[in-house]
Amino acid sequence: VFPWFGLDIGGTLVKLVYFEPKDITAEEEEEEVENLKSIRKYLTSNVAYGSTGIRDVHLELKDLTLCGRKGNLHFIRFPTHDMPAFIQMGSEKHFSSLHTTLCATGGGAYKFEQDFLTMGDLQLCKLDELDCLIKGVLYIDSVGFNGHSECYYFENPTDAERCQKLPFNLENPYPLLLVNIGSGVSILAVYSKENYKRVTGTSLGGGTFFGLCCLLTGCSTFEEALEMASRGDSTKVDKLVRDIYGGDYERFGLPGWAVASSFGNMMSKEKRDSVSKEDLAKATLITITNNIGSIARMCALNENINRVVFVGNFLRINTISMRLLAYALDYWSKGQLKALFLEHEGYFGAVGALLELLDS
Amino acid sequence: GGSLTKLAYYSTVQHKVARVRSFDHSGKDIENEPLYEITVQEEITARLHFIKFENTYIETCLDFIKDHLVNTETKVIKATGGGAYKFKDLIEKKLGLKVDKEDVMTCLIKGCNFVLRNIPHEVFAYQKDSDTEFRFQTNDPNIFPYLLVNIGSGVSIVKVETEDKFEWIGGSSIGGGTFWGLGALLTKTKKFDELLQLASKGQHTNVDMLVKDVYGGAYQTLGLSGNLIASSFGKSTTADKEFSKEDMAKSLLHMISNDIGQLACLYAKLHNLEKIYFGGFFIRGHPVTMRTITYSINFFSKGEVQALFLRHEGYLGAIGAFLKGAEQDNPNQYSWGENYAGSSGLMSTSPDVYPMQRTRSGTFDMLEMDRLERPLVNLPLLKDPSTYIPDTVDLTDDAMARKYWLTCFEEALDGVAKRAAASQPDSMDALERAEKFRQKYWNKLQTLRQQPFAYGTLTVRSLLDTREHCLNEFNFPDPYSKIKQKENGIALKCFHSVIESLDSLDWEERQFALVKGLLAGNVFDWGAKAVSDVLESEPQFGFEEAKSKLQERPWLQDSYNQWLERLKEGPPHKCALIFADNSGIDIILGVFPFVRELLSRGTEVILACNSGPALNDVTYSESLIVTERIAAMDPIIQSALKEEKLLLVQTGSSSPCLDLSRLDKGLAVLVRERKTDLVIIEGMGRAIHTNYYAAFKCESLKLAVIKNSWLADRLGGKIFSVIFKYEVPCQ
Repeated sequence: VFPWFGLDIGGTLVKLVYFEPKDITAEEEEEEVENLKSIRKYLTSNVAYGSTGIRDVHLELKDLTLCGRKGNLHFIRFPTHDMPAFIQMGSEKHFSSLHTTLCATGGGAYKFEQDFLTMGDLQLCKLDELDCLIKGVLYIDSVGFNGHSECYYFENPTDAERCQKLPFNLENPYPLLLVNIGSGVSILAVYSKENYKRVTGTSLGGGTFFGLCCLLTGCSTFEEALEMASRGDSTKVDKLVRDIYGGDYERFGLPGWAVASSFGNMMSKEKRDSVSKEDLAKATLITITNNIGSIARMCALNENINRVVFVGNFLRINTISMRLLAYALDYWSKGQLKALFLEHEGYFGAVGALLELLDS
Repeated sequence: GGSLTKLAYYSTVQHKVARVRSFDHSGKDIENEPLYEITVQEEITARLHFIKFENTYIETCLDFIKDHLVNTETKVIKATGGGAYKFKDLIEKKLGLKVDKEDVMTCLIKGCNFVLRNIPHEVFAYQKDSDTEFRFQTNDPNIFPYLLVNIGSGVSIVKVETEDKFEWIGGSSIGGGTFWGLGALLTKTKKFDELLQLASKGQHTNVDMLVKDVYGGAYQTLGLSGNLIASSFGKSTTADKEFSKEDMAKSLLHMISNDIGQLACLYAKLHNLEKIYFGGFFIRGHPVTMRTITYSINFFSKGEVQALFLRHEGYLGAIGAFLKGAEQDNPNQYSWGENYAGSSGLMSTSPDVYPMQRTRSGTFDMLEMDRLERPLVNLPLLKDPSTYIPDTVDLTDDAMARKYWLTCFEEALDGVAKRAAASQPDSMDALERAEKFRQKYWNKLQTLRQQPFAYGTLTVRSLLDTREHCLNEFNFPDPYSKIKQKENGIALKCFHSVIESLDSLDWEERQFALVKGLLAGNVFDWGAKAVSDVLESEPQFGFEEAKSKLQERPWLQDSYNQWLERLKEGPPHKCALIFADNSGIDIILGVFPFVRELLSRGTEVILACNSGPALNDVTYSESLIVTERIAAMDPIIQSALKEEKLLLVQTGSSSPCLDLSRLDKGLAVLVRERKTDLVIIEGMGRAIHTNYYAAFKCESLKLAVIKNSWLADRLGGKIFSVIFKYEVPCQ
């Protein structure tokens, strides 16, 4: 029964995937209730919903065959704080009358379960976010990105001139370390489709970058924060090895450019007075990214895995972080570890939820 | 350092020691002469001093160094840390010495190894919500390998494998500088300490996104509690809300501590290390950061790794730099002892003013370590040296016991000061010095009331040792010397008749009489207030009266039957090691007859006495004279001495208690050579306050008379109850 949705309600963002069937027969069309038509039309004819909902058109998967049906897969996101409005809209569009199951994952599936029931008359099917994440990753990688590779990496990450994005074949993916950077970070070691474990997590994630940027620069969107960061210079904010030792610290094999103390220069009042908001945004981005890289690297070493796949919405339009992760992993592991990325960054949980719906 | 200077220097200290020496008795009337001569001499010993103060006092400090720089051969001053660069010119100009900069991390590790090896109770774990927040660790003789996580402006993680082998295995840029720098930006608060202050008042849940903010509760499938932080600063992702400084500072503190703890655990796991010591200015004396780091390590290691801290963490770099400079003197070949009189203790709020006037701040702090004449090692007979804890009661833990003993020492203090003054009747300033001693020890006791953890685990032993150190500081090296001399003289006169009466008994009666004599002798203890009152008021109180005071069998702890059985049935012991207690009746009429019986059975005896004086305990040099006199009266003792079947050794200690993990190396060698198979520990200080639970590889006998009614009560007995604990190790 249509419609087919997968929902992932995270701490900051709600990710919604919607399968738009393109092979609807005339007969089906006849039977299709008005509500369903209007929902499909609303979703597919717009690229923005309300003031905050956005459809990532560039990610749309076209002519996908799913459960014997052909159609397009749409990727939509909106902030979690608009969840009540979303549920309200579902109620107004009489979603519950469609007798479909809404599969949801992420913490919000639990947090908003009651609201869905009381406000929208909808019983959610709650799914574990890590199960969904892995399912989603493996599926999307297997179908590819409209004829291109879903997975990619950066060649020569340590060389700014020669660094380039190249496709990566993830056909034999196991074992891999999956680092999901949302508001916080979860790190999973995946050994097979069914066999995985959560190795650790850190609270220093995308939410920390954005939260600190709001406090430090007064910015109000993630895009704005990233844009500021792209114009800043973090070396004014951070204390580098060379700031302490005048150059490399050879005793420990530390290069002069390495950050010795994040925000370390901000201990001095003069330096606090001389940095720009852009510098602060950049330093925040570098600090959070390096830290995630460092924890991921240690986990990879402890788990004896050399491929690390980074996903999550922190990486959306965030080339700075991706390149830095690729660079850091390569440099500090002396080329032993490879950082991989996926085009659909933060949508895998939602895709996984959709797949669960179809499996059931 | 960035804000504090830590100075380490070596000095020789001149102080008085009491020496005993046999008279030349040729042609003299022995009867009316004292047994031996006591002289007080000046002796020079070596001491290491460590002082910590704010950088603002650097000039005063340099003046101090200049005034005290007596060794004109000193051409170089070793310096480490960021300030080594900053103050280089000033130091060179003022002192006319060349500043030799040493690598920070090398110094840190050297210093760390030194304190781990030499200072008991150096290491502690932090415990939240407990009566005392610091839990001191027993010194593991194997200090390597360990992980040192130094949290300065950044974080360095170093693996230390041996004295000279260490490796930087990683680090993190998120450290103390991040807390300070980012904290200053967020809260407009400039000082590190003030930021910590703010943090301790804040609520991080207003700023952080918790698991329950995402899930509405716990994330049950993973067992993550709802209160865990899902995203640090995850709630501040808005431009239109104000957050309090306190809340932001708290959130920042959690973020950084958790991150460091997580990385430390990951490194510990990768390198298979169990011991992680934390240091650096982020940790230094700040309970707030110790708490958050401890929490983090506990969380990320699932309780498998313990976060450990060091009492003298702030000094490590200075100690290391000093050791680098003193390499030709090889300070590592000696054993060192913390001098409680000259050290201000952990988080001290009432430090002494010497040598510079303290105008403000609690950061002025001192540590003194005495170079011990001989190296100290473990008793080879300890069952498990790494878990051996000398002290029976931990007063840091036991608030009731702590209150009792602190009061007990306070009440006895006037008497001790009086006796100290009286012991030097010819000295003009004895009264004045005794008063200074009284004041100093009183202050120490008050500090310990406030901060029981100041010098490691507080124990009766540490209270006694602190008193001895304070007495020494004011030149009362041996207040009981005259009393001991007199009592030794009196007891020697009775030796012959005691032996005669013992010899008249049949074997079984004699064994009991010997044990009873040993116990009765032990009643003569000036360290116990109940007894010193009796001895003070009834100078004629004698051996027989003491016997009558003893508890009748069955004793409070009574394995006498097993002991008797052992003597009857088993082969003679190969060699017995006896730790003696008091001078006078105890050693001469209690211990020696017992020794004589052992010798007669064919058991060799090593008699161990303290190297230095403490209360009326018999010292090694006194024991030599006493033994010589007894040998003159008793052929068994005489031939045993001659044939080296009776050996006198020193313990290396000057404490009324006994730490079997720090004993004279010569003693340890002898114990091993002679294949010692019996350890006898006598007296309240050595067998009850310490070593009551000590386990040995061989048979052991612990004997004491409880001369303190509170302690007797605690152990379920009455005053003058008897402890006779004979133990055989299980196979």
